[in-house]
Amino acid sequence: MLRLHPYRYHRPRELAGALELLKVHAGNVMPIAGGTDLMPNMKHRLFTPGHLVSLKGVEGLYGIEERDGEIWIGACESLTSVASAPLVKRYYPSLAFAASTIANPMIRNQGTIGGNLCLDTRCTYYNQTHFWRQALGFCLKRDGDVCHVVKGGTRCVAAHSADTPPVLITLGASADLASTEGTRTIGVEEFFTADGVWNTARKPHEVVTRVRLPKPPAGLRTSYQKLRERKSVDFPILSVALAVAMADTDTVASISLVVSGLGAKPRTIGQLDDIAAGRQLDAGIIEAVAEQAYRQCHPLANIIVDSDWRRAMVRVYVRRAFRDIQSKSEAAA
Amino acid sequence: MKLEDLRDKQKERAASDEELRQALEREFQVIGRRLRRTDGLSKSTGRTVYTDDIVLPGMLHGKILRSPHPHAHIKSIDASRALALDGVHAVITGSDMPVPYGILPWTRDEHALCVDKVRYVGDGVAAVAAVDEETANRALELIEVEYEAVRHYLDPKEALADPETPIHEPHKPGENGNVSKRVHLEFGDVDRLMEGSEVVVESEYYFEGTTHTAIEPHCAIGYYDASGKLTVWSATQVPHYLHRELARVLDLDVARVRVIQPAVGGAFGGKSEPFDLEFCVAKLSMATGRPVKILYTREEVFYAHRGRHPMLMRYRTGADRSGRIKAVDASTVMDGGAYSSFGLVTTYYSGQLVTMPYAMESYRFDSTRVYTNKPCCGPKRGHGSVQPRFAIEVQLDRLAEALGVDPIELRRINSLGSDTRSVNEFRVTSNGFLECLEAVEAASDWTNKYRRLPYGRGVGVAGSCYISGTNYPIYPNEMPQSAVQLQVDRSGRVTVFCGASEIGQGSDSALAYIVAEELGVPLDYIRVLSADTDLTPVDLGAYSSRETFMCGNACIAAARQIKEQVRQAVGEAWGCRSKQVALAGGWAFDVRDTGQRLPISEAFNLAEARFGTLGAVGCYNTPKDIHGDYRGGTIGSSPAYSFTAHVVELAVDPETGFVEVEKIWIAHDCGRALNPILVEGQMEGSAYMGFAEAILEEHIFKESGLHNAPSLLDYKIPTSLDTPEMESLIVESLDPEGPYGAKEAGEGPLHPSIPAIANAIYDAVGVRPDRLPFSPPRVWTAIQARRVREEAGELVLWKREPRETALPVTGD
Repeated sequence: MLRLHPYRYHRPRELAGALELLKVHAGNVMPIAGGTDLMPNMKHRLFTPGHLVSLKGVEGLYGIEERDGEIWIGACESLTSVASAPLVKRYYPSLAFAASTIANPMIRNQGTIGGNLCLDTRCTYYNQTHFWRQALGFCLKRDGDVCHVVKGGTRCVAAHSADTPPVLITLGASADLASTEGTRTIGVEEFFTADGVWNTARKPHEVVTRVRLPKPPAGLRTSYQKLRERKSVDFPILSVALAVAMADTDTVASISLVVSGLGAKPRTIGQLDDIAAGRQLDAGIIEAVAEQAYRQCHPLANIIVDSDWRRAMVRVYVRRAFRDIQSKSEAAA
Repeated sequence: MKLEDLRDKQKERAASDEELRQALEREFQVIGRRLRRTDGLSKSTGRTVYTDDIVLPGMLHGKILRSPHPHAHIKSIDASRALALDGVHAVITGSDMPVPYGILPWTRDEHALCVDKVRYVGDGVAAVAAVDEETANRALELIEVEYEAVRHYLDPKEALADPETPIHEPHKPGENGNVSKRVHLEFGDVDRLMEGSEVVVESEYYFEGTTHTAIEPHCAIGYYDASGKLTVWSATQVPHYLHRELARVLDLDVARVRVIQPAVGGAFGGKSEPFDLEFCVAKLSMATGRPVKILYTREEVFYAHRGRHPMLMRYRTGADRSGRIKAVDASTVMDGGAYSSFGLVTTYYSGQLVTMPYAMESYRFDSTRVYTNKPCCGPKRGHGSVQPRFAIEVQLDRLAEALGVDPIELRRINSLGSDTRSVNEFRVTSNGFLECLEAVEAASDWTNKYRRLPYGRGVGVAGSCYISGTNYPIYPNEMPQSAVQLQVDRSGRVTVFCGASEIGQGSDSALAYIVAEELGVPLDYIRVLSADTDLTPVDLGAYSSRETFMCGNACIAAARQIKEQVRQAVGEAWGCRSKQVALAGGWAFDVRDTGQRLPISEAFNLAEARFGTLGAVGCYNTPKDIHGDYRGGTIGSSPAYSFTAHVVELAVDPETGFVEVEKIWIAHDCGRALNPILVEGQMEGSAYMGFAEAILEEHIFKESGLHNAPSLLDYKIPTSLDTPEMESLIVESLDPEGPYGAKEAGEGPLHPSIPAIANAIYDAVGVRPDRLPFSPPRVWTAIQARRVREEAGELVLWKREPRETALPVTGD
């Protein structure tokens, strides 16, 4: 089987100790929580840190609770917890659903919400063994200086492939980051950057400690739609998160729509308020929003799937997200 | 424990008087019953020992260095730095094993490690033995290989057209070195009958390659001991052929080589020939004097491959007005990958095995297997005939539509029937194809569904046939294809020694059922020791669906000898005729008076006292001369053929192109179901595998010759959530040659999966997906194309009224 490289595994009990280890071994250390992303990546020699700092035993990184008008989710809460926690299901059903679609039950039991936020970007030329990458010629995301997706490209276009961040963005969530230098809070939308090599604002010595969600406004309607080849295991090859705030029963106040799984960061679809705000949610608006999303999304061949089809599915899955919230509100009525 | 107590224990477990009377009413006591597999409990509780579970004292771990180039000459190899690394015990290269090998004696074109040239990314170049895998991996990095890359071929058409740097030396000077095999056969006057056909349909089909994805990766351990005897434990399905090839390549006396096949975690044809790791563990052990293990990574399993050949198939089919097939004309280009493997046979199979279950007045096929710089293709469940079956069954659907005939009716009209010969002169005896068609037609409520379901939903049908073993072995010889030796203990325990390969299909269980049936001993009194070349008589291995058919016949032959001795001895003791003595339910008893009986162990003891030590050998060899005497006529001839029909019901999402296969009805003529549960398991497993190839699997390569994605995350096999509901309908035609009338069930039921799904997609949305797999982008693109033509008035609206045209058209 594929073997891991040699490394030292640290199991601090307290956050301060964990952060200190990340500082002391800077440049040769990574934090690890569930390890469901990092371990296979280490087997592929995409990361070869000499030290791993386990966050799983660290106090204070757990709990799903209501605090100061927000819901706080500890970064080490498993994806299974997020998918099933009553608070999450009550306030953020699209988040619970998105978490429930990740990988398979074993991986959801092991993987964490913090880890999902920090999931490494993915690409058909990157998520391969060392032998494979060496045979092809290393790429600019790891060990090399060329892009195999965009010939002559200088920016990495590996895809953001996590399920929960698009939803978190539509819900206005933020993340707490801690390091030996202190803590900071950053909006999940701002957390991501368009660089496939390292697509988050997290610095290597920082740890995501919690996810904070504002209480949703009354009548917020949400949906998450995931396109994947199989009904389990697979990463999204396109994901759509939708949150529609209503001014009243029929009138749209604002629409937040995030499309991901295509490029290095989740794409928040812009210019929707001009289309929808103050209007009734009818087929015309839905088509206009779907068209807007389609125009703004341009998938590249970072996976081996027909790009025209993948792009066409943006429209379809945006429509389906709307259809989903409509059928849910009908069911509620 | 005293002997009396032992006997009491046996009596407690033996059948009651009432049960014995009931037993007399039945034709069989064990055969046909829904019994557990003999290895079921140990497998389901994780106690089965697979090759990688074996750890020997002092064992080293081996790794193989693989070529990063698709096509290159090896200029030099320098292993000195690797050898200098602490913990490294040996490094070997191609020059250590220069004797070429190949599963077919006519096409030995592989080396245990490449000698002068690499032919695909992943080809083995050197091997290391070290104290652990980590050290072996580090050693690989230290081996310096100088390559001179040459032009490589990924497209078989290009390899055919422009063999500037041929992958192999031409068979004869001036020939194209990229041609692996060409077969051209014609039966009847195809051109004349095609000309005279009232309906002709023609189309091109492309079958993308797929691989086996057995969950157990290949693994082998070699141990060359101080006495000069080599033992190789390997996850193989052909221990006998491996035995021979190891001795030949390593230049050892075959009598000093032993091959043991531990439990195998799936094979599906992917372990049916020797692989580099088996030679390497042996040679590395010879070099170090210590046992050496190599376990492939999943990536290496993809490189070892031997999966289904990509095939580009052009088919013309002509029929008369009533739908009778007048002529079939097939032309196929096969992408063989870097080596021959079974390719010679595959090339024949691509044409020879589609002449049933239909009568056709004339038939011609022209198949060319081409080398390319990719992992070598070979046999996968339904060897060589799954691809053309896709083509021919979709052709029949096209024909049915052109004629306005129900596609089940069309197949009925053309059914070949039993006790006859196919157009290519194969002898066909038992044939339950019509019953299979009837079974799926009724169970699926076909008549109410075909062309009657709403747009987006459809049903499809397909039929097929397959061989129950081949009439001829891989190397020409007149010896039996399978043999069994039975050994009987005084306790009543019986051990079956047989070279047959249990690879999950249930051959060990079948042997146990047969002994239990013939000798009347309880199932757990039977031990099966299989596939150990030092201990078991030769069986040729688990390929071509031959195992239960052949070792089953051998086992019956052996068991009946012992049975006769026991009946005679008991008859003499009771003063009755031996015919009056029955063996069943743990007893020997008098059929006229079931009260007159003996525990089976005592009956065995009587026989042992009367005849000496009990034991018997039995063997099976195939009937010859049941095929045409043209060149190639032996390839594809089988002592018996199985028949299958599927109906599939599915839904196509026209917005996305996703195909949701909801249900597959599988009817299979297995002759007789020795254990219906095992037969159903094979039917479902086969249909599942075909479904996976239809919808998801794609063994493809990047431009550089690298495998697209050699991992189980990216090579998509269905999860349990993706798998459709399946209903197995067993048809029993009682074959005259098979054990108790049984025929194969392990491969045949796969064949109709793919075309039945293709035909159902057509019924659902009116598009013919002629290229595999039927992935969402392909189906969606085809639907878009049809919509455009419908709107232009070139095609009728498929299953929709004009007002329904407002279904959203997606994309630009």
